[in-house]
Amino acid sequence: MLTDLTKLSLAAARKGLTDKSFTASELTGAYLGAIEAANPAINAYVAVTPEQAMDMAKDSDARLAKGQAGPLEGIPLGIKDLFSTKGVHTQAASHILDGFKPEYESTVTANLWRDGAVMLGKLNMDEFAMGSSNETSYYGPVISPFKAEGSNANLVPGGSSGGSAAAVAAWLCAGATATDTGGSIRQPAALTGTVGIKPTYGRCSRWGVVAFASSLDQAGPIARTVEDAALLMTSMSGFDPKDSTSVDMAVPDFAAAVERGVKGLTIGVPREYRMDGMPGEIEKLWTQGLEWLKAEGAVIKDISLPHTKYALPAYYIVAPAEASSNLARYDGVKFGLRVSGQDITDMYELTRAAGFGREVKRRIMIGTYVLSAGYFDAYYVKAQKVRTLIKKDFEDAFHGGVDAILTPATPSAAFGIGDETLAADPVAMYLQDVFTVTVNMAGLPGIAVPAGKDGKGLPLGLQLIGKPFDEETLFAAARVIEKSADMDFSPKRWW
Amino acid sequence: MSVDATTVKRIGRLARIRIEEHEVAGYQSEINSILGFIEQLSEVDVTGVEPMTSVSPMVLRRRDDVVSDGGYPEQIVANAPLAEDNFFMVPKVVE
Repeated sequence: MLTDLTKLSLAAARKGLTDKSFTASELTGAYLGAIEAANPAINAYVAVTPEQAMDMAKDSDARLAKGQAGPLEGIPLGIKDLFSTKGVHTQAASHILDGFKPEYESTVTANLWRDGAVMLGKLNMDEFAMGSSNETSYYGPVISPFKAEGSNANLVPGGSSGGSAAAVAAWLCAGATATDTGGSIRQPAALTGTVGIKPTYGRCSRWGVVAFASSLDQAGPIARTVEDAALLMTSMSGFDPKDSTSVDMAVPDFAAAVERGVKGLTIGVPREYRMDGMPGEIEKLWTQGLEWLKAEGAVIKDISLPHTKYALPAYYIVAPAEASSNLARYDGVKFGLRVSGQDITDMYELTRAAGFGREVKRRIMIGTYVLSAGYFDAYYVKAQKVRTLIKKDFEDAFHGGVDAILTPATPSAAFGIGDETLAADPVAMYLQDVFTVTVNMAGLPGIAVPAGKDGKGLPLGLQLIGKPFDEETLFAAARVIEKSADMDFSPKRWW
Repeated sequence: MSVDATTVKRIGRLARIRIEEHEVAGYQSEINSILGFIEQLSEVDVTGVEPMTSVSPMVLRRRDDVVSDGGYPEQIVANAPLAEDNFFMVPKVVE
């Protein structure tokens, strides 16, 4: 092979395929080889589908030869285990879905295959997408491809789309699907030096995606560059009559917006995101990002989003409430694990006790409690009212002339596997999503883009928040940050 | 607000998750830590605020009330832990 094909960006791989510099079979073969070598150490994939991948690549080669290539023809992708893939392992990284192989394909993955993409396998994640470190997976944690300088300790890739982020960063796929309910695309992207976008609620169909919190869940891509993310986003998006919240509007060519620049745009800086005890390097990164955007012609404007601090507590009512309802379907009858009991209730209780992990059980219980008789108004209705206020904060900012908002993506760089402070207090882990969760509560698009490194060489990301259905501005602004940072965010290979 | 041990067991029953006696204290402390965190919402004045029902101002689409799918019971039960003649099998419910 001329070069290591796995190191190419998705856009460059696309060009190489259409130029016939290499074949889709060669490209897929290179990724399968990389996965075989790396996965025992990184644990990014919970299932690899080499035969299916090679078959799909062969079909792509045939279409490329005939000049009938789709927009993603021959591009090898990893798919988060949350997406239903026909006849292939789909377990949301949970024990309770043991052996589940759907009879149908999710709309988002079907869109990718329609456009010619190749599936390499299913990616590890926090169980049912509940977590910020990928440590709640039944299949064990994903190990970040990054290590702090001068340390050999294993770090988390973030979560819940930790397998997606790690696989993209470690060159184990050209791009990956992911999902984001409170930050599950943007936080792992930020911790692994990759680009992740959660589009506007309704942009991607949720059909065939294992449900966590239906009013917050959105699919989106994780990729190595802003342009790659835009290419994937265009294919994943689109109206789907099978999802009643899918929005019937045209999908722009997102990649065409990437080089649009930020000249004349107004970028908001919300003062409430300057949290007490924010590390100096995060503060510095944020200021740097604003300077880059300003240098390219953007106007910076201080704004206020007064209800920011209430987004996370409101989320921990709304998300568990919806999860407790969505996860009621796992009862040992229709699919997955069954543990026999003396009667049907006993079977339900034993199946769910054995099948769900601790974090999932805790969230189902919180959700059950806040929805139970006598507490519904005090918790759920109150949280939904606070959500209205959070959304209004953003609407006021946008009405005031702001085109996009710049914030840090995470409160810190990646932390260690089995961090004791985080293990002792569930709320401490929840704070990982403090900058991202507001976006889900308001249904807005948000992108995380690598922008710098901490003192130990670990990637740090910035987040841009946009108006509903204006992902194009996010791609354009993120590209300015990517270009201005001009840093190599690839990990030093240790695996 | 906080929950006691009896409430933890009651939530477990409502959620159909068996909580063993030795697990009660752990769940109680974790749930109370989360409820304590949520408590700060009491600072927010929501007088006259409508609860959000949809993030985008849209009317939920409805399809025509006709049968539009089905006719493949073997696919429906294909993943069932126990099925017979295209029926899901469960322990006896009615004596």
